[in-house]
Amino acid sequence: MKVIVPVKRVPDTAGDKQIDPNDKTVDRDAGEAVLCPVNEFAIEEAVRLKENHDAEVKVLLMGPENAQPIVRKALSFGLDSGLQISDEAIAGSDALGTARVIAKALENEEFDLVIFGNQSTDARTCLVPAAVAELLGIPSLTYARKLEVDGDKVTVHREHEEGWDIAEANLPAVISVVEAINDPRYPTFKGIMAAKSKPLDVKSLGDLGVEPDQVGAGNAAATMYEFKERPPKEAGTIVEDEGDGATAAQLADWLEENKFI
Amino acid sequence: MSEILVLVDHSEGKPRKVALQTVTAARSVADDLGADVTAVWLGEDGDDAAEAVGAAGADTLLWWDDEEADAYVTLPKVEALQQLADERDVAAIFFVSSNHTKDVAARLAIRLDGGVITDVTGLSVEDGQIRATKEVFGGDLITESKVAEGKLPFFGIAANAFAASEDGDEAELEEFDVDLSESAQAAKVTGSEIVAGGDRPDIGEAAIVVSGGRGLGEESGFELMEQLADELGAGVGASRAATDAGWYPHRAQIGQTGRTVSPSLYIANGISGAIQHRAGMQTAQNIVVVNKDREAPIFSIADFGIVGDLYDVVPKLIEEIKSRKG
Repeated sequence: MKVIVPVKRVPDTAGDKQIDPNDKTVDRDAGEAVLCPVNEFAIEEAVRLKENHDAEVKVLLMGPENAQPIVRKALSFGLDSGLQISDEAIAGSDALGTARVIAKALENEEFDLVIFGNQSTDARTCLVPAAVAELLGIPSLTYARKLEVDGDKVTVHREHEEGWDIAEANLPAVISVVEAINDPRYPTFKGIMAAKSKPLDVKSLGDLGVEPDQVGAGNAAATMYEFKERPPKEAGTIVEDEGDGATAAQLADWLEENKFI
Repeated sequence: MSEILVLVDHSEGKPRKVALQTVTAARSVADDLGADVTAVWLGEDGDDAAEAVGAAGADTLLWWDDEEADAYVTLPKVEALQQLADERDVAAIFFVSSNHTKDVAARLAIRLDGGVITDVTGLSVEDGQIRATKEVFGGDLITESKVAEGKLPFFGIAANAFAASEDGDEAELEEFDVDLSESAQAAKVTGSEIVAGGDRPDIGEAAIVVSGGRGLGEESGFELMEQLADELGAGVGASRAATDAGWYPHRAQIGQTGRTVSPSLYIANGISGAIQHRAGMQTAQNIVVVNKDREAPIFSIADFGIVGDLYDVVPKLIEEIKSRKG
């Protein structure tokens, strides 16, 4: 079977996150950029499909030329090849514009499963997987906490607020996974070395047949036009407990004053 | 008159709390847009909903009474709303900004050439257009967004950002039918599992969240968290250190790879507050911290902090709450 794992380059949550004041998009060159941590759960699931179903796995990244180390990082977990969609016209695309580019890239590929992380740690809209499935006209089984492939059928447990639904569809399908699904392994030294020589294609929008008027900041259906930093929090009350739990009464007073009791 | 359609997410025959908040959010911009608020109930057990959605601000409740709405993944709801959008003068579509409803919005927006803004915490109307406030980067930045003119706007409303109003008149109930296409039946729902949590609310919707981390030291510490939560009517969350240790289910993990919560009160017990955790909870209105380590970064965002052993403090706190509730 063939599997494609779309991944995203995001600002490190622990680093400096900035928005470019000119075009009001995430400044992806400001702080350190990393492979989105949620993608690691999708990659681990793909590695398991390699082990159990002899899957061939391609990683797909939409992003500028200098995002290539992120593709290599994804490959270092043991995936087979990479495809990077790189084009200046993509900059500033919203979630649906992003989905249009990814769907076009997938139309040119053979696959049985596309496995996303359920959200990215920067935008967290969760919109892309279902939008890609819609554009491709195939089922989307998202928020998977469990994934099983049997012949041409895929079954997932789809997490929601009260538990999960069990759902099934025929391949091909789009999946997104939540962090409950597995415990990702770290790349091995061998994997890191091998990633350097894995095949990696770079394509432009023209190569994919995407019309430039469908993507980019100027054509985004949803745009952010203003932002401000969260005002710093005023220092709160901090008390030291002497080891007898006596501060519990002070906390209870505070909870009562603020009408939580 | 144009309408704002509101997809009312429901569970066991009742609208979810955040669904009613979403109806009220739609109501808050409807008059400025000159639009009615039309709630949409897809699936069974909608008979009693007209009162609740009306109280929250809906003029009309449209009900597709058919178990098929939940028999297949996402697409029955997409086709039902698509049909309504084709037949009616729709100004905007509102939905609850949570997992499965975001999928409905994403697919529908592709079909209707729309634009989607998720996780909305505030709304206004300027020049006849809806503007939305949302917080990004784990709440570090507060942003204003809008949907481009000529595109149908979709707004996903974050939990607890709007208080559901309770004083509207009962909505007028109208039923409608949907003829599902074959492709909408491609992904079948074959079962479901409800996680036993008693009456404890989901952390995404709860007004109070009690959360435990590495400082609990062992799995049984979460029994104490649950006791405290139950005294306060709270949901129970966990840091990634605690879920990775296997002390509490992953589905309760709050942070950059897990859930984002924004309750009125967040009580962090034995959580150091690494940025990856804060990204999932720092928009909480009030934050209480109990931690042995005075240097833990979580104290920097605490409204009330106790430097101490949670096993000394929390059992006493539970007793204090019990006695004050009388």
